[in-house]
Amino acid sequence: MSAWKRSAQSVVLLGAFVALSVFVGCDPGNKGVSPGPVQLQGAGATFPNPLYQKWLSEYGKLHADVKIDYQSIGSGGGIKQIKDQTIDFGASDTPMKDEDLKSAPSELLHIPTVLGAVVITYNLEGVAQALRFSPDVVADIFLGKIKKWNDPRIAADNAGAKLPAADITVVHRSDGSGTSGVFTDYLSKVSPEWKEKVGAGPSPSWPVGIGGKGNEGVTGQVKQTPNTIGYVELVYAVQNKLPVAQIKNASGAFVEPSIDSVIAAAAASAANTPDDLRVSITNAQGAQVYPISSYTYILVYKDQKDAAKGKAVVDFLWWGIHDGENFAKDLHYAALPADIVKRTEAKLNSITAGGIALRK
Amino acid sequence: MLSPTGNTGDTIFRGLMLLVALFVVAIVIAMVIALASDSMLSIRQFGFGFLTSSQWNPVKGEYGALPFIYGTVVSSLIALLISVPFSLGIAVFLVEQAPHYIARPVGFLVELLAAIPSVVYGLWGIFVLAPFLRVHVEPPLARWLGWLPFFQGSITGIGLLTGGIILAIMVTPIISAVVRDVLAAVPGSQREAALALGATKWEMIRVVLVNGAPGIAGAVILGLGRALGETMAVTMVIGNRPQISASLFDPSYTIASAIANEFTEATQDLYLSALVELGLILFLVTFIVNGIARILVWNVTRKTGGVSRAA
Repeated sequence: MSAWKRSAQSVVLLGAFVALSVFVGCDPGNKGVSPGPVQLQGAGATFPNPLYQKWLSEYGKLHADVKIDYQSIGSGGGIKQIKDQTIDFGASDTPMKDEDLKSAPSELLHIPTVLGAVVITYNLEGVAQALRFSPDVVADIFLGKIKKWNDPRIAADNAGAKLPAADITVVHRSDGSGTSGVFTDYLSKVSPEWKEKVGAGPSPSWPVGIGGKGNEGVTGQVKQTPNTIGYVELVYAVQNKLPVAQIKNASGAFVEPSIDSVIAAAAASAANTPDDLRVSITNAQGAQVYPISSYTYILVYKDQKDAAKGKAVVDFLWWGIHDGENFAKDLHYAALPADIVKRTEAKLNSITAGGIALRK
Repeated sequence: MLSPTGNTGDTIFRGLMLLVALFVVAIVIAMVIALASDSMLSIRQFGFGFLTSSQWNPVKGEYGALPFIYGTVVSSLIALLISVPFSLGIAVFLVEQAPHYIARPVGFLVELLAAIPSVVYGLWGIFVLAPFLRVHVEPPLARWLGWLPFFQGSITGIGLLTGGIILAIMVTPIISAVVRDVLAAVPGSQREAALALGATKWEMIRVVLVNGAPGIAGAVILGLGRALGETMAVTMVIGNRPQISASLFDPSYTIASAIANEFTEATQDLYLSALVELGLILFLVTFIVNGIARILVWNVTRKTGGVSRAA
């Protein structure tokens, strides 16, 4: 009996010890008012991650007193964590929905950082020229209504191309992704049937096709499987030299995806961009516009709780939309147009801590 | 319980071991509680219909788990169907037939297969296995066995069959390594007795296999557990499409893949809750399948009166 009593005691003691060590180990890095560097934590979208990592390393060289960490956990995670206030800034490829904004503890600002685009890629033997697609054709291929490569509607846009009589295999993202969000947002705008049957979202219910995980999964399956069609981010397509299709835009011109045609989409949409900068720029008007383009955003609270951290966030973002934009082109992102930079400046200037503006 | 000495070291040791053992139980209970409480929203919304609905449409807020359960169970069954004969063959060869200088390196290689990260299997699946199946395996299957519903439809190299084969390759080293140990544990006297009674080598091996049956079944359960929960490699080759189709050429989806794929961008509460409920279901599926397997083992043990104990 006594042996059991003692072993019970040792269990309790050990349990306490384990609990204590777990507790200490999980200290959430609250440095309190220590005079060390300001620590910022960001998380969210994966698409701008290469650029943000570049920003962090460049900004770190200039400001040794600020330590910033960014984790690319996905837009959904970014929105959730900024709403839970476990991070200092979030990031999302698609603007937050009204109901998400309402359920946040206080007003959240959308700070656009760069632009990206979704491109259509394919694997079709014996076709040398870049394929061209009208919006309704893209929608009907992804709806499964156009089943063969030699369909007269595809042929109508591609005079001279030897299209095979093969079945089209659609490849889409299987993981929830801003890329799918932008693509389905576009398809919902150009096809009423798509809007009604499928709708827009990061993980839609695809009518046909096979799913690949990530850009690399989609690319792998498109490259390996003949007669496939899929979509990936512009950055990814450029780096991997994938064949990309030209898409007919809202003004009736076939446009190749490029940094310039993406910036054109942002510039063309600047006039009807609302005050909070939450805007979808897919299917924009303009001869040079690539229609499947979008902003990516950083999310910050307008009223910052901690003045030191708040100031560090604002300074970092200010640097990002000015000096940081210079790194965009090398990494194949499209930089913000000048008037959007101006309007973003105003947003950053409006950020306060305890009622006091943090910029100057 | 009747420890007369009361040695302090023994007491501490016993407490420590008890704690470690209880820790495992506590983790399992904590996981079930966490999964159940986080999936409450989805359970209330859909009830039992979650298990029987085939609709999975996050945009419209419709969630049903049936295609994922189907994909998980069928891909694992395909894996076992392929890997069990292979694993038994490998183990019998290594224990009963191969000379030492072959058995050692081959055994080592088999175990090495178990150590390859699953994402590497996945990449190999996309770039090597899927094209190979598309060109050399699936067309003949469609030609000769196309009258069966399992081998119809368009051939892409990506789908349930490819997922099952990748899983088979991944669980083979686990099953064969355990079976090898089980066979090695069957007493040599049994072999000698069989041979002395005039049995051929094949008949002797049958005696050994029957004696090792419970252990072999245990090995298969272990492999099955791995197959049910495997995520990364399957995700890359199964096509990730929530549908139930008789054809093994068609894309499918497993529970683990769905969670891994969709968790990052699941913003609405109901969506997140539905994904957690999928996790809960995977837990239950694993539990049920393991239970069935154990009952089978128990039956086999009773019938054969096997010597070696179940794993």
